[in-house]
Formats: sequence, structure tokens, C-alpha cells
Amino acid sequence: MDFKQILESSYREILRRYIEESSETALYQGQMFSRKSIKQQIPPEEIISIHCKVLQDLIPDISTEIIASFDFLIEFMMNYGLAYQEHLSLRDKQLELKSEIEIAASIQENLLETPIPKLEEVDIGAVSIPAKEMNGDYYRFVQDSESISVAIADVIGKGIPAALCMSMMKYAMDSLANSRKNPNDVLTNLNSVVENNVDSTMFITMFYGIYDFVKHSFTYAAAGHERGFYYHASSQSFEDLKTRGIVLGVEKNITYEQYEKEVKPGDMIVLLSDGVTESRTENGFIERSVITDLIQTFMHLSAQEMVENIYRHIERLQNFEIRDDFTLIIIKRV
Amino acid sequence: MENESSIKIVSEWDIVAARQLGRTIAKELGFGTVDQTRITTAISELARNIYLYAGNGEIRFELVHKFEKRGLKIMAVDHGPGIQDIRRAMEDGFSTAGGLGAGLPGVKRLMDEFDLITSLGEGTTIWVVKWLRERRFG
Repeated sequence: MDFKQILESSYREILRRYIEESSETALYQGQMFSRKSIKQQIPPEEIISIHCKVLQDLIPDISTEIIASFDFLIEFMMNYGLAYQEHLSLRDKQLELKSEIEIAASIQENLLETPIPKLEEVDIGAVSIPAKEMNGDYYRFVQDSESISVAIADVIGKGIPAALCMSMMKYAMDSLANSRKNPNDVLTNLNSVVENNVDSTMFITMFYGIYDFVKHSFTYAAAGHERGFYYHASSQSFEDLKTRGIVLGVEKNITYEQYEKEVKPGDMIVLLSDGVTESRTENGFIERSVITDLIQTFMHLSAQEMVENIYRHIERLQNFEIRDDFTLIIIKRV
Repeated sequence: MENESSIKIVSEWDIVAARQLGRTIAKELGFGTVDQTRITTAISELARNIYLYAGNGEIRFELVHKFEKRGLKIMAVDHGPGIQDIRRAMEDGFSTAGGLGAGLPGVKRLMDEFDLITSLGEGTTIWVVKWLRERRFG
């Protein structure tokens, strides 16, 4: 017997029982049985047809008007049946897409992976956590003989388009190795890459800095990026890393201002993406002072432990739901 | 019925006439109530597409055989604008989302065979076939 035959005979039995007893047990059996027929993907119109057939067997003198009304019901339910089948096929498609995105996310992770430099002179920590599967934030370190350059970028937008855009930025930065002397030149070059290649609705903010670990100076420039912090160990105070410069990809031929700081022992450079400052709790956005307070709380730890602890703390503040990609970097002169 | 018959689709009433003829033929051939309704739903969908997008056209019915199987073949022919993006028209959710009905994917699900030729500015022809199921019981 195929399932349709089993369906018909079981349906007949359960319906007969219900008509005779009007019992909750029979209804419960019916409910349990409907799960099986859903699993076998029996459409609703088929059930109505079986119901009508079985009803004529059980009640031979049933009126022809009632029987005819089932034809009407079948016609009415036909589109529900189609909608149900469509739902099933869309659900399969969604699962397929989801697994493709997961694979793409892991490819992206490998593609953009950047080791965090380990040096005696400076202690560096970094975290970057995507809100969805794919990360629209990006950071990158490049270590030379006397300096480390650090880039932190955020594509305005989230998800797959942002992630694709970031992969392009990585290769653009790799090809600019020669201009890596001056952060403002790097940004000018990247601006023209973004201007020329990326969709006009896509913008990127970026902070680019070079830490010279011989002279202990930090030169930097930014393109519309979230302000970072500078921690002065001598006065135990924080200062905003103020910069001027328009986001990448808006206008051609932009020049950026460059700034420089002399870094003293114990001083820290804190770079972040707007996912950190735009963290939201029930009471609205968190204050920037929440972040500086957290830095002070965890200051006795290594830079990597600091950024990880701050992330975990802010994640908890938001009930473990982060809405935007979150990137935080701390560079500390030992 | 003769081996071939057809209904011209010019007004919305012709959709009902096409359904009626399709149901009568399906019944004569021995299709059960549910399959009769599947066939008429498919005819509705095809005839409505002609009425809405091509203005006028024709629904043709034909008895077909394949080995021992017997079936009903329905052809929807129009000389309208044609379908610009077939893949999109065959995508789930494209027509149902706008409340436009089952759409072409629905027609494909209702029937056993489905084929389509369309040419921009010249029109569209859609064939569908429903095979009579061998009844081993009932």
C-alpha cells in the first residue's frame, strides 16, 4: 500500500471514531495523524477529497448538496495548497543560500586574515566581530623594519555587499606598498580606487596610522572614520583623536590632513569602528565615556586581553545581540 | 469530444468558458475531482495571463497518448508582448507575493509536464500535460 491508501484507511478510522464518540481522543489522533500527512507532503485539497469520499461511505444518506459543497471547498483550497508547496520549495532554497553564505564568510575570513604584530616595544590587541555572517569592518597590520602600519575601515552598509567591498580594499592596500610612508597619501590613493571601482552608493570610512617604533611617533590620517582615543599615561587622561577628512568614494581628488603624536611609555592608541560607539542598550547609545571607563578598568591586562574583555562587556550590555560590526584595536607603548 | 477543441480568450468570461470546457473534458477522460480542479486551476492561470498580458489568445485542448498512458494536453497561445525574463517568471514568490495567483510555477506544479516558448514582440506558447493516474483501488 502506498501512503495515499494508508492515509485514506486511517482517516476513515479516525473520522468514524470521532463521529461515533465525539471524543477528544479521536481529535488528538487526528492531530497526530495530520503531522504524518504533512511529512508526506500531502496537499490540503487531497485531504478534503479524502474527507468527502470517506464521509459518503460513513453516512450513505448524506445530502448531495453537502457533497457538492466539497467540490467548492477543493477549488477554494487549491491555491492554499500551491502556496504551501511554494513555501516548502522556498524553505529549501533558503537553507541552500544560508550554507553558501556560511562558506563565503569563511573564505572571507581566510582572505582578510591579518596577524597581529608581536613586538617588545609595543603591545597590540585587536578584535573584529561581525554582526551578521559577513564582516563589513576590516583591520590590517603591516610590519616593516622600523614601523607598523595599521588600517581600520568600515563599509557603510552591512552583510555581503559590504564584505565584497572589503576584499577589494585589501587588494588595493596591498598594491599601494610604495606610498605606505604617509597615511594621508594612502587615503588619497584609496579614495580614487573606491571612487573608480565601487558602486556610487557604497562609502567607506577609514583610519590609517603608522607607528614608528624606533622614534615612537604615531602619524595618522582619517577619512570620515569614527574618532579613536589617545591615552596619556602621564596625566592618566583620554583625548579624542580628532581628524578631518571626507569618507572614501564620495569625491575625486581629495587630499587628507595628516597628524602626528609623540608616544610616551604607557601611552595608548585606541582605534574603533562605529559598531563600538553605536552599541545600544535599553537606554539608547552608550556614551564614549563608557568605553574609556572600560579601558581604565582593564588597563592592567595585556592589549589583547583588554580588547577581548571590553568586547565581552559591551556584548553583555546589549543582551548579547550586536547590531553592527564591532572592531576595536589598542596599541600600547610598553 | 473530438480530438482537439479550443476556446478563444478575449474577455474575462472566456476564462470561465475555458475552465468549463477543460473540466468537462477532464471528467470525460476519467480524472478524479482533485485532478479536475488542478487542471481547471491551471487553465484559469493560463487564460488569465493571456487576458491580462496579451489581450487575446487561445486555449487548446488535445487528448494525448504515451504508451499506455492517456492524458490531457493544454496549449495556451497568444501573440502578445512575450515574457521578458522567463527565469524570473518561473521563480517562486514572484507572482504570489503581489497577490497575482499561482503564477507559472503554480501551473507547473499542478500539471505533470510543462514547456514554454516565448519571443519578445511575437507572443508566448505554453504547453502543459496532465496524465491520467492508473487507479489500482477505489
